[in-house]
Amino acid sequence: MMQSKNEMKLSFDARSVNEGFARVAVAAFITELNPTLDEVADVKTAVSEAVTNAIIHGYDDPCEKVELVCRIEGNQVEIAVTDTGKGIPDVAKAMEPFYTTKPELERSGMGFAFIEAFMDEVQVTSEVDRGTRVWMRKRIGAQEG
Amino acid sequence: MEQYCEREGNCLRVRVPKELDHHEAGRLKLEADMMIDAYHVKTLIFDFGETEFMDSSGIGVLIGRSKKMGYYGGEVYAQNLNGRVQKIFRVSGLHALIQTDMPKGE
Ligand SMILES: Nc1ncnc2c1ncn2[C@@H]1O[C@H](COP(=O)(O)OP(=O)(O)OP(=O)(O)O)[C@@H](O)[C@H]1O
Ligand SMILES: [Mg+2]
Repeated sequence: MMQSKNEMKLSFDARSVNEGFARVAVAAFITELNPTLDEVADVKTAVSEAVTNAIIHGYDDPCEKVELVCRIEGNQVEIAVTDTGKGIPDVAKAMEPFYTTKPELERSGMGFAFIEAFMDEVQVTSEVDRGTRVWMRKRIGAQEG
Repeated sequence: MEQYCEREGNCLRVRVPKELDHHEAGRLKLEADMMIDAYHVKTLIFDFGETEFMDSSGIGVLIGRSKKMGYYGGEVYAQNLNGRVQKIFRVSGLHALIQTDMPKGE
């Protein structure tokens, strides 16, 4: 396999319309790894979850910025989604399936569970009133063995 | 004119859009709830025939409508799920809550 190295960075308003934009941008960026349709969908779902969380939970003001860095290294894709918003007081608890602080908005508490199911590695770092960073990595081409 | 819903008697078919995320979920919920309330809907069908992408926001939409239909003693079905949407249903456990036409077993 060709060894590639490539990186991009996006910064966008915390508006729901940008959820689709972020997914499509990452999907386009990783095509050089020749991912399967299922791998692309896994990555798109994980990006959508992290970006949506920043928009819904991180910020109240849609003019605040969400930052996304996507890096390709060899056959791996690494993505970091960062906000400088409210932060998470207890990350371990927030990552439990079905845990949500916004049930009134019909959130189901499945976002982090999806990220963990669809990516190989996930790290969440957060500080109250400083913000949250979700870092995730996936090896592309793992399914063919 | 409804964007997502088609009604026949007290059966409501919701045509789920190509991408069901947080951005799309709000409008879909509003329209479906308005129709459910106005027409005493007894059978609610989510038609995923056009749907290529769904994330946890979609799970919230489906669970929310199922609860609402539960109060009315109605039924909820999900139809025409492609492989990706089936995967989302399995990983979230949604297939145990909502009747689907997907193959049984893991
Ligand atoms: N970027 C963030 N900033 C602040 N809090 C967050 C952030 N991301 C997640 N959280 C917290 O972690 C909880 C769990 O997140 P998760 O995505 O798993 O579920 P959810 O967003 O509540 O529901 P769903 O994703 O199913 O719609 C959230 O309810 C919220 O309290
Ligand atoms: Mg979430």
